[in-house]
Amino acid sequence: MTYAIMLNSPEETEVFAAAFAELLEPGDLLTLEGDLGAGKTTFTKGLAKGLGVQRMVNSPTFTILKQYSGRLELNHFDVYRLENSDEDIGFDEFFTSEAVSVIEWAKFIEEYLPKERLEITITRQSEQERKVVLNPIGRRYEKLCRELNL
Amino acid sequence: MNKDIYILGIETSCDETAASIVKNGTEIISNVVASQIESHKRFGGVVPEIASRHHVEQITLVIEEALQLAGMEPNQLNAVAVTEGPGLVGALLIGVNAAKAFAFAHQLPLVGVHHIAGHIYANRLEQEMEFPLLALVISGGHTELIYMKEHGDFTVIGETRDDAAGEAYDKVARTLNLPYPGGPHIDRLAQASDEAVVFPRIWLEEGSYDFSFSGLKSSVLNYMHNAAQRGEKVAPEHVAAGFQNSVVEVVTGKTMQAAQQYKVRQVIAAGGVAANKGLRRSLEEASKEKGIPFYIPSLPLCTDNAAMIAAAGTVMYEKELFGTMAMNGRPGMPLTSWI
Repeated sequence: MTYAIMLNSPEETEVFAAAFAELLEPGDLLTLEGDLGAGKTTFTKGLAKGLGVQRMVNSPTFTILKQYSGRLELNHFDVYRLENSDEDIGFDEFFTSEAVSVIEWAKFIEEYLPKERLEITITRQSEQERKVVLNPIGRRYEKLCRELNL
Repeated sequence: MNKDIYILGIETSCDETAASIVKNGTEIISNVVASQIESHKRFGGVVPEIASRHHVEQITLVIEEALQLAGMEPNQLNAVAVTEGPGLVGALLIGVNAAKAFAFAHQLPLVGVHHIAGHIYANRLEQEMEFPLLALVISGGHTELIYMKEHGDFTVIGETRDDAAGEAYDKVARTLNLPYPGGPHIDRLAQASDEAVVFPRIWLEEGSYDFSFSGLKSSVLNYMHNAAQRGEKVAPEHVAAGFQNSVVEVVTGKTMQAAQQYKVRQVIAAGGVAANKGLRRSLEEASKEKGIPFYIPSLPLCTDNAAMIAAAGTVMYEKELFGTMAMNGRPGMPLTSWI
């Protein structure tokens, strides 16, 4: 089953993501889909805050990956620029580590993604409002979604 | 009398495969850049796989050509300086390994340079740096204001909280169906437009030198979205001009505020977006009005090149800041001071 939540502003997106981060465990893998401007980076900033990351979290589009340290390590991927490419930058190594991985535009690296993961889709409802849909694949992620009490 | 210092610089952090020889950190002896922008145009962005492959094909040729143009032999060099980070991991590795091999083969010291320090030191190839100094580094991957009290002393006083300026340009260009890289096209459209859509200026909290371009990007997307819903046609040049006005006003405003607060003797700009005509003009006019000397390197030194890496590497060489054969590409390398 999937879970959905409506968020009324970028601030709410960040607060929701920060609260969600507290439930994360080492090795969790989240994919983030949504159009340009949907709020994927905003969501990740909230997540990082919730993980206790102190450093500035900004777009990894240019370098594909930025890594941060908090309560857990965080790998922030943006594979936007890997569209039409079959590049493997060693994803396996990152996905099997103890770090939490968040992947924006994950559909571009579908073939490298582990089967079990939490798919998060953000869609624009209006200028401010966003709908966040969580689709857990695998028991770990089903449990994670239940813990959210949506 | 001091002996002259000759440094070989190597840069492969993103698009460009480049090598250069610089004398005393200020004089370009040779400067070779093999660009692969053409092959990226088809994809609307840098594709790392192509980037890495291209670097591998070009790197030895580019280094050989830099030596040949300079009419120099490896044993006449004092050291090899290379971009250690930040950048694309696969791309960085090629430059770092080429530099290590070259340094090992010719028994030369190895110097690992931060890409942003390189951009700042590009200025020194045309104009001596005067401290304290403020540097605006603005490109596809960076938007930073850096305060320098002296050589090798870097304090990042502002940075982007989301997208880099050049990235916002590329993404807005993509929604306007303009080719990659989008910056020059938006600049050109903006220059030619007699009207501009009014988009918000994102100043953030009072006194902050950080930047945010994601909200502006969303405003442009909302504008396009709303127009499409109403079935209205959008004039791309009006959108380009509006977007550019917002970027230019905020970047100029924050740069000048910081220059005054830190009482700098020089403001310098660097990075690919520094080539933007609208931004250039605005920074020139504002600094003239405030009476602060402003410099911007000529275009080939604004974009990625290896002469800037050799220039920064020279100062590090003088301070004997050498790397080891364990050096690796560091995609997330922070900018730290050398002193």
